Amino acid sequence: MVTTTALEAELLRLAGSVPDPELPVLTLEDLGVVRAVHLRGADAVEVELTPTYTGCPAVEAMSRDIERVLREHGMREVAVRTVLSPAWSTDDITPEGRRKLRESGIAPPRVRAAGGPVSLALGPTRTRSSHPSGPAGTDPAAGSAVSRAATGPVEPVACPHCGSADTELLSRFSSTACKALRRCRACENPFDHFKEV
Amino acid sequence: MTATVPTTAALALGDDALVLSHRLAEWTGHAPVLEEEVALVNIALDLLGQARFLLSMAGDEDELAYLREERAFTNLQLVEQPNGDFAHTIARQLYFSAYQHLLYGQLADGDGPFAPLAIKAVHEVAYHRDHAEQWTLRLGDGTDVSHERMQRACEALWRFTGEMFQPVEGLDVDWAALEATWLDTVGDVLRRATLTLPEGPRRGAWSAGAGRQGLHTEPFGRMLAEMQHLHRSHPGASW
Repeated sequence: MVTTTALEAELLRLAGSVPDPELPVLTLEDLGVVRAVHLRGADAVEVELTPTYTGCPAVEAMSRDIERVLREHGMREVAVRTVLSPAWSTDDITPEGRRKLRESGIAPPRVRAAGGPVSLALGPTRTRSSHPSGPAGTDPAAGSAVSRAATGPVEPVACPHCGSADTELLSRFSSTACKALRRCRACENPFDHFKEV
Repeated sequence: MTATVPTTAALALGDDALVLSHRLAEWTGHAPVLEEEVALVNIALDLLGQARFLLSMAGDEDELAYLREERAFTNLQLVEQPNGDFAHTIARQLYFSAYQHLLYGQLADGDGPFAPLAIKAVHEVAYHRDHAEQWTLRLGDGTDVSHERMQRACEALWRFTGEMFQPVEGLDVDWAALEATWLDTVGDVLRRATLTLPEGPRRGAWSAGAGRQGLHTEPFGRMLAEMQHLHRSHPGASW
């Protein structure tokens, strides 16, 4: 049984209050990436941080910011350790984090059904006018093993600007690896969508 | 849980990720459209993250990436193949991402030293695979020209695909099942893309495939020279 002291809880709160370097509207707590804080003596602490994506370059900036904040709080020695397991998922983003994303014009990730890419649309090709699986927002890769696990109707990605569910994919990858680029057919604004992983 | 780190496997998987990451990054500034450039480089970044983790299991990541000679790399010959035209890049992505997705899926289900990475990366690779599949459908079932070029690319890289299923020491994987599933899934994508599954040899004395033993194709040396020259010319350089 691991017990958390009041100081550890306070340090965890401080580490969690650090803004994400790439999405500064979110704190690391909103993002769900600070896993634990362990005191290793009176003024030495170890922080467990998990990356969103394996190659996420923001991890180094996050570590530096956490070190700075905890040093300001009297910690002499701060070690930030990157842990992969249990793997981070977009389901770890808090409801508060999802609200902040939407408010800053980024469609939050949907809660994962069974994993894998969802809701990507392939336009008409030479031998098919549109994908047989249905209206916008359904899964074009339904025949592939990647998304075969996804079951049931997939919730559409709503436009963070006008709320319309009538949106289309422009690119699977956007300004960062964790986002896709979409466009709203109703208000015609492009927007980023935090992809489900 | 294995007590010792299976270095051979960490290097093989790490080199696959590193080398393909570098190849994809070569598209920077050259991709057909901006969105595609962003996509290819984001995939490269995911792979670089995997490479850093895997090479760090085997030793110092920078030394392994920048100071090893060509014959010490054990990546598949498939991933070192030059980008070629866009169809060649997509065919390489299709073949490799389907393989990596299935391989990581098996590793994620086990409890070996690669499970933590595999559990995480399998979700990222699913997007790489989807990206490649959608482009294969788009190009194969596109215009006459895109169809013909995509078919040619699939044929050209086919002889590098047999090597993927050569067992790697230290990986607890059912290679025969992996190969059967890979053939099914790639065949399915090609069929939906109105393309034909190539029929040429995938392995054998006359076909390619010894990257895992450190034997590489001619373009790999030139790629390494470009990748390593800065670190070798200015040891410890940083910015």
